[in-house]
Amino acid sequence: MPSYLALTYTADVDWTEPAQAAELAEYREFMAAAGAVVQGGKALYPTATATTVRVKGGKGGDVLTTDGPYAETKEALTGYYLLECADLDEAVAVAAKLPAAWNGAVEVRPIIEFG
Amino acid sequence: MTGAGDAVARLVRDEGARVLATLIRVTGSVDVAEDATQDAVVRALQTWPADGVPDNPRGWLLVTAKHRAIDILRREARRAGKEAEGVIDTGIGTGIADAEPDPDDLLRLVFTCCHPALAVETQVALALRTLGGLSTAEVARALLVPEATMAKRLTRAKQKIARARIPYRVPADEELPARLAGVAATVYLIFNEGYAAGSGDALVRLALTAEALRLARLLADLMPDEPTVLGLLSLLLLHDSRRDARLDAAGQPVLLADQNRSRWHAASIKEGVELVGRALRRTPSEPNSYVVQAAIAACHALAPSYAETNWAAVVSWYDVLLAVEDTPVTRLNRAVAVSERDGPGAGLLLVDAIEGLAAYPWWHATRAELLRRLDRVPEARDAYEQALTLEMNTATADHTRRRLSELD
Repeated sequence: MPSYLALTYTADVDWTEPAQAAELAEYREFMAAAGAVVQGGKALYPTATATTVRVKGGKGGDVLTTDGPYAETKEALTGYYLLECADLDEAVAVAAKLPAAWNGAVEVRPIIEFG
Repeated sequence: MTGAGDAVARLVRDEGARVLATLIRVTGSVDVAEDATQDAVVRALQTWPADGVPDNPRGWLLVTAKHRAIDILRREARRAGKEAEGVIDTGIGTGIADAEPDPDDLLRLVFTCCHPALAVETQVALALRTLGGLSTAEVARALLVPEATMAKRLTRAKQKIARARIPYRVPADEELPARLAGVAATVYLIFNEGYAAGSGDALVRLALTAEALRLARLLADLMPDEPTVLGLLSLLLLHDSRRDARLDAAGQPVLLADQNRSRWHAASIKEGVELVGRALRRTPSEPNSYVVQAAIAACHALAPSYAETNWAAVVSWYDVLLAVEDTPVTRLNRAVAVSERDGPGAGLLLVDAIEGLAAYPWWHATRAELLRRLDRVPEARDAYEQALTLEMNTATADHTRRRLSELD
């Protein structure tokens, strides 16, 4: 069966805030209704927690990190990886090995683990 | 405040940063550690001036802050509805109460505040707040940002550290040079914020240079063998040695050539020159940018007058600096030194050959000065006018306008 990635675009909200509880409940309703086709899904922390990783001068070059999300529109979203790492340094080091890091950019965002 | 009160305040501030650094590691939360340390600091400031400073001030602050941290974490756990699980309460208590300070804690804090995943202006704010022990209001004033904006910036920074899991550790040997360069750049930026005359409250800006020097000293204490750190401290001391001579009575900048060298601070120069010597012995084969810049500053600091400067040595050091980092601005500074060694014509040839500085006011101003010395007045006038179309701080713009009017 074909697979699809559904990317959600909304205001840059903090899903851990009580103010978002009602909307989160709606997402849970969605999961209950569409659970049969959903392979997985995660909520992200706001863009303020993002780090954008680039490698200068091609594979193996200097790793440059910037605070914040990938903000340009020249490149298109062309793939994603779910990483499990000890900390941000490890996640950045892994991201810097992706060809996208020297052909474009890799935005690294922490995922919310709801307790 | 009395002299004794000042001494207590200084001690509390220095030790407070170390206690904060330990508590962040132990509690895993910058916020909790900050609240707890703040509480301990306030208690120390209330009781020490009257009761006397305890034998082990750091130990006193740490114990007080640990108790407070346990209180905060227990309250948070209760709020999260976990009061039934007594196990958690005891766990929180023993883990933190038994935690010992580690000599590397302060370095961990340094590298976390100056982590490359944080924006540079955020690194500056965090370093001043946590390592410098300034209040949010003081940091905001020093950086000319509204207090609410600064509070938000600091909150976001702490959230990013917690949520993105920026690690709290000293980088491994292979990462250290790059990370240390980032730390030095942040401290240098703090110094330059303070050094840039003419913008904002002069006194507050002066405090920033003092803060940067304090941070550089702290780094030199923590990493006494790192050339970057020795070079940074030396460079800051040598720049700072000119603090009383670099502005005139009206607050206008005075060119290096015109400064009254008897007002330079001999003690800062002595310390800076000794440090650059130590740093150079540690970098025999691989020059380090900060060390070389400090060597250039030392050439100026040791010259009895501008005319008696050893320009040949200054030019040679710029050649070394270009080998480490070849930037248009470094080329411009080298060209100025060449003009002093070989004459304005030789300097101008080099200045005109530099590409990429058309938007840099100092490139135009330097051309103007050299053209003026060559008696090419109309071209000098054009160059001053070009400089004035670009963004400069008020004092520097005033100076350029004055030089322009002197051509008439």
